[in-house]
Amino acid sequence: MCSVRRTAILALVCLWALSGCGGGKPAADSASGASAGPKVLNLYIWSDYLAPNTLPDFEKQTGIKVHVAYFDTNETLETKLLAGSSGFDVVVPTASYFERQIKAGAYQALDRNKLPNFKNMDPQLMAKVALHDPDNAHGIIYMWGTNGIGYNEKMVKAVMPDAPLDSWRLVFDPAVAAKVAKCGISLLDSPAEMMRAVYSYLGKNPNSQSADDLAQAEAALLKIRPYIRNFSSSEYIEALANGDLCISVGYNGDVMQARDRAREANKGIDIKYVVPKEGSILWLDVLAIPKDAPNPGSAHAFINYMMTPQVIADVSNFKRYANANLASQPLVLPAVKDDPGIYPPPEQRQSLAVQLADSPEQTRAITRVWQKFKTGQ
Amino acid sequence: MVALPYLWLLLFFVVPFIIVLKISFSDVALAIPPYKPLLEWVGKHSLAVKLNFDNYAFLFTDSLYLHAFANSIKVAFLSTLMCLIIGYPMAYGIARAKPAVRNVLLLLVILPFWTSLLLRVYAWIGLLKANGVINNVLLSLGLIHEPLTMLYTPFAMYVGIVYSYLPFLILPLYANLEKMDWQLLEAAEDLGCRPWQAFYKITLPLSRNGILAGSMLVFIPAVGEFVIPALLGGPNALMIGRVLWDEFFANRAWPVASAVAILLLLLLVPFMMWYQSVQARESAGAR
Repeated sequence: MCSVRRTAILALVCLWALSGCGGGKPAADSASGASAGPKVLNLYIWSDYLAPNTLPDFEKQTGIKVHVAYFDTNETLETKLLAGSSGFDVVVPTASYFERQIKAGAYQALDRNKLPNFKNMDPQLMAKVALHDPDNAHGIIYMWGTNGIGYNEKMVKAVMPDAPLDSWRLVFDPAVAAKVAKCGISLLDSPAEMMRAVYSYLGKNPNSQSADDLAQAEAALLKIRPYIRNFSSSEYIEALANGDLCISVGYNGDVMQARDRAREANKGIDIKYVVPKEGSILWLDVLAIPKDAPNPGSAHAFINYMMTPQVIADVSNFKRYANANLASQPLVLPAVKDDPGIYPPPEQRQSLAVQLADSPEQTRAITRVWQKFKTGQ
Repeated sequence: MVALPYLWLLLFFVVPFIIVLKISFSDVALAIPPYKPLLEWVGKHSLAVKLNFDNYAFLFTDSLYLHAFANSIKVAFLSTLMCLIIGYPMAYGIARAKPAVRNVLLLLVILPFWTSLLLRVYAWIGLLKANGVINNVLLSLGLIHEPLTMLYTPFAMYVGIVYSYLPFLILPLYANLEKMDWQLLEAAEDLGCRPWQAFYKITLPLSRNGILAGSMLVFIPAVGEFVIPALLGGPNALMIGRVLWDEFFANRAWPVASAVAILLLLLLVPFMMWYQSVQARESAGAR
């Protein structure tokens, strides 16, 4: 029996070592940063979300050493923040999560005197964030975009020549979904965001908190369940690019990535992106400083640097996301600025709503509807 | 030295368990941490303990949780059974091989552990997907005309779980079979047993401990498995690991998530106790 125990202990040690790799680093950095040594900044940001020169230039200009760690879901970030003492100086939450985290007391107020570049920001977009964060007291916009539908026109047309390509009916109308299901539909595995899409399709307020609306959304969803091949929040990028799927509800940036990958592969796959005409939601990623940040001075210097027109234009040009810095717009490449998938045209911006945070009860109700939709239980 | 395993158990099992138990009796709060404290000073000298049993009661008001528990046990049971069917002949073969060959075979069983579990599960995605290796080979051989849907089905999930956990079954079973006295089989055959009868009457009962140990090492982690069903299984694979994830991350309800975790543990305790009692009886009988 000895070897059994040895195997079990070995497995435990492996697990322990694995989990150790993930979390420990920033806290250790911050300990050294708080002392009188060289200044540091602990940045926690989405993976693949900076231009190659962004951080090196900041280090050169300020002498502040940047330690960067990456996350790939808002939930990961939120869990670290809510557990306390995350050790990060600047984090990049999406606005709907940001709103709730502010209420939980996770952030410190920004010191505007240390952010002279704030004047460069687009007041209209900052007003949208102010719906989550009154007076923009805790954060400024890093990048923004939309939720919509990525599709492979050739594949969709092959199974349904008159498919409504500009409408949520493409996925939520059972008659349409039944036809296009043959080439593969995926939805985001994100209950709160998908419920906004269903509400837009049904002509409801996307931020509705009404139980009646939710019941109607549930009924609408259950009708299309047989036609949904998969639920994914990132795998769809590759699946669209490969032609494994023909329709994915997703984020504009991800669909653009799928389009670029498909072009590089050069197999004749062309991916398009549309914001459905019934309206959709706008996502806004925000730069903010956790309440217990070890280096708030470095954090302010970094946020101010990120509002420099050239710096943020470089990120937009390289990563192909829209920024909210008016002064940087002349520096953004035409190929980016004029792409309606990246910068929605003014008339479309009217139909875009922000996703306000749901109450805990509404969150639970939405999760439950989503579980029922996915599993039938 | 005797104290060391207990210290280990205390640090890495008892303490985390008590923390989870504590959270499971608390209320959700929009704060850091996102739950209310159990102990509160009321007045100057009295400490009030507030235990909230709602989280547990809630799990029985919605059939989702019981369905998820039942389905997890079903998946774990079937996976263990399949591991046993595949793993037993392999362990037997290794135990009966020549010592030199045996070491190579054992190494081959352990070798996959040198790559991360996540990477190995991702490799299965590449094999099973519509545009993947298996479908492409079958299509080019003309055996099928439409790609088979294998990824995101229960089939893919079982493949992933059985593949990942197979070594945990083979190793203890091998350790057990290796100690067997093969002369017993010769004696059985001399006394007129056919080979399969000898196997059924001698080998199988003698390897019962190995079967049990291996099965437990597969069954227990498989019940709470999250990664493999999430990556390979379909969205309708309702497993308790996924429900726990939803509670913790989507609903931000750490107390309910903790209650689910505690119930899962309570569910597994009978299996472990049964295993322990069988072990104890065996070693008492051997003496």
